[in-house]
Amino acid sequence: MELFQNTNIDWLGKKWYFLGFSLIFSIAGVFSMLFWHGVPKGIDFKGGTQVRVSFPSAPNEDHMRRAMDAAGIHDASIQRLNGDNGYEAVVTLPQTTDQAAIGARTAVEQALQNDYHDSTFKVQDAYTVGPTAGAQLTRQAGWAILWSLIGMLVYLWFRFEFIYGAAAVIAVFHDTLITIGFFSLLNTEITLTVVAAILTLVGYSMNDTIVVFDRIRENLQTMRRSTLSEVVNKSINQTLSRTILTSGLTFLTVLSLFLFGGEVLHGFSLALVIGILIGTYSSIAVAAPMLVAWTDWRASEGKRTALPAAKRVAV
Amino acid sequence: MQTNLRGKVVAIIAVLLVFLYGIFGIPHGSLKQTLTDRIHLGLDLRGGTHLVLQVHTDEAIAAQSDSDQQRLQLSLKDIAPAATVTKPDAKQPVLVVNNVPADKSKAVDDLITGNTYGDYDVSSQQGGFKLAMKQSAIKALRERTLDTSIETIRGRVDSLGVSEPVIQKYGLGEDQILVELPGVSDIDQVRRIVQSTARLEIHEVLGTQGQAPSYNTKEEADAAAIGQDAVVLQGGNNGDDTKWWVLRRIPIVQGPDFRDARPSKDEAGRDDVSFNLTTAAGDRFYDYTSANIGKYMAIVLDNKVKEVASINGSIRDNGQISGGFTRQAANDLSLMLRTGSLPASITYLEAHSVGPSLGASSIRQGVIAAVVGMLAVMVFMLVYYRGAGINADLALVLNLVILLGFMGFFHATLTLPGIAGVILTIGMGVDSNVLIFERIREEMRAGKNAAASVGNGFNHAWVTILDTHVTTLVSAFILFFVGTGPVKGFAITLAFGLLANLFTAVFVSRVIFDGVLSRKQRGEALSI
Repeated sequence: MELFQNTNIDWLGKKWYFLGFSLIFSIAGVFSMLFWHGVPKGIDFKGGTQVRVSFPSAPNEDHMRRAMDAAGIHDASIQRLNGDNGYEAVVTLPQTTDQAAIGARTAVEQALQNDYHDSTFKVQDAYTVGPTAGAQLTRQAGWAILWSLIGMLVYLWFRFEFIYGAAAVIAVFHDTLITIGFFSLLNTEITLTVVAAILTLVGYSMNDTIVVFDRIRENLQTMRRSTLSEVVNKSINQTLSRTILTSGLTFLTVLSLFLFGGEVLHGFSLALVIGILIGTYSSIAVAAPMLVAWTDWRASEGKRTALPAAKRVAV
Repeated sequence: MQTNLRGKVVAIIAVLLVFLYGIFGIPHGSLKQTLTDRIHLGLDLRGGTHLVLQVHTDEAIAAQSDSDQQRLQLSLKDIAPAATVTKPDAKQPVLVVNNVPADKSKAVDDLITGNTYGDYDVSSQQGGFKLAMKQSAIKALRERTLDTSIETIRGRVDSLGVSEPVIQKYGLGEDQILVELPGVSDIDQVRRIVQSTARLEIHEVLGTQGQAPSYNTKEEADAAAIGQDAVVLQGGNNGDDTKWWVLRRIPIVQGPDFRDARPSKDEAGRDDVSFNLTTAAGDRFYDYTSANIGKYMAIVLDNKVKEVASINGSIRDNGQISGGFTRQAANDLSLMLRTGSLPASITYLEAHSVGPSLGASSIRQGVIAAVVGMLAVMVFMLVYYRGAGINADLALVLNLVILLGFMGFFHATLTLPGIAGVILTIGMGVDSNVLIFERIREEMRAGKNAAASVGNGFNHAWVTILDTHVTTLVSAFILFFVGTGPVKGFAITLAFGLLANLFTAVFVSRVIFDGVLSRKQRGEALSI
């Protein structure tokens, strides 16, 4: 069985569509981050307490809210969940100081016990992050992503040429931006595990890009009379069936995670579902065209147009 | 060729056995028991409490310089009785020696530059000396404080009877501690016991003799404290929190001077806590109380005045603290005093408690997702690549065995993000197989024979596989070093998975191909 044979699609000819598509999603995401939902940080990053409570029958949110109010907890948000253990609700409290953080679970428990008519609830999970830890984590996550990108850029520079590394890193940055933009548009909280997923998508998208770049490098040595656009087009087409297969299969595993992984992994798998789609797209539509655009620009400046793949790599 | 192939097969079986041992060890009891012995489940999977604590190491540094100040003042008594030792800023470990007579300057210099005060940089100034604690000493003291805190917390946690608690340095390892208590979901009891500094001190109350000199506001107390080596604290008898007191900053007896503590009852049958002093401290306390009858002293617990009493007679080595305790509070306090006080106070940065049922359902879901995903991929590979699909599936299963075996050997902990890492490894493993198989198909389309196609396919794909794996490994390593907690767990499984993958997708798959090829007649087609 084979999916694609001798595909001959002019990918570079569609670069303006790609550019338009990428711009629409990036700009929509950036606008949402700036003017609409912002970057919806989970309690991992902003600090706060989340208490997950399960009930034997469907909980009444209004009663819960009244119980919280009666206990003097006015800034709680209450959200019902299609829980893994029957009926569940999550009470989220923002946190102001490290010291206040730890008492929040008891406060919620007490409030429910005193004023919520149904006392057969059970606390499933209580998660508190003080604002100090939240700030530290935000900084840490930022650095983790930055250092990962630098590490990969350096490796690609070493294995290919600087422009390859730069194109790949820009493509990955594009993916990250769009994925975070999606989270902002959907107003879904970014937690620590979502950051792990974003880092995974960075690795994955990089993976995809390298496969295409490897082919370009290889073809440059055999197709000496062709233009770079022809080489890039051919390389994308040659790797297309691998790209679609791998993405499809990875998508399959990620989808099963999204469908069966439960509430706890929801954000994580959502980031991967978006990330796989966008990461696959960007290696074809962003990274490879960038190589061509760069070479064209060099040519128009009257500089050496030798293809940026001269580096021979012995393995 | 044949013997070479046989050697490789033996090597693969050996690797398989080694990693199976990693997963199961020497089997004993039930399968589940054997498995959970080797591969530890994270708290998110089995339920429990996870805390990240911040130790305020600055306090320990301040306390150390306090005690050095006291010590220095005492040793100066013999050399230059007029000299005074002060600490200009209570929070900075800097001591100033003043009023040193010119003729004694040499002797004082000898004293403070000697070994006893080796932790300080000494500089001389007008009429005396300035001692500033060295950076290296501060760093060492911070480390010691963190270590002592960990030991103290361990002692307290042990009293809770938790099996397999984890208590270790966290983050950058400078001032954070990670506490993990499997099976404990009552975070409040843990908090009471872990967090309380339990620093018990007895201070002299400053002020007019003959009456207990308390103040109604902090401002009044601060005004009264001016010019004295004093500290202003809140509290009062029987849990009264409204009064302010001016106390001599350096305590008469403190933490290490207490030898034992136990819950007891006072004459009225109320709960209190009795304590004993060590012999040396008892002697010192006897001297002090004998010389200061009529003055007031305050029992201070964690910077809060618990009790103020006038000294009616000489006391040697035992006393009570009554502070309107409940029975539970008295029990907890005596436990904490017995296990030793923390060298510095602690705040919570993170607290996470997972009920065991949520943990169980999470693991079930994670495993279901992993199994469903993997089965779907395996079926697809078989349909799409037919014969070669078997290679891919074998490689995948072996990959999983090696990954879990690694975790068994390194006693890594499997967490929810870890399971996610496993799923991703499956994705990467499939990718390597797809890359190779597609290359082989290309070669075959170009008209090469089976053996040449396989050889070229592997050679071409290998470069790409290496590049993709190294890049992902780079990011896994960065995640491991920069990240903490779940991110770290994820990075570990990802890195192990990638290494396993390089072995299975490239080496094992090649051996299987070679095995298949060696049985084929010349010209027979390859099933791919």
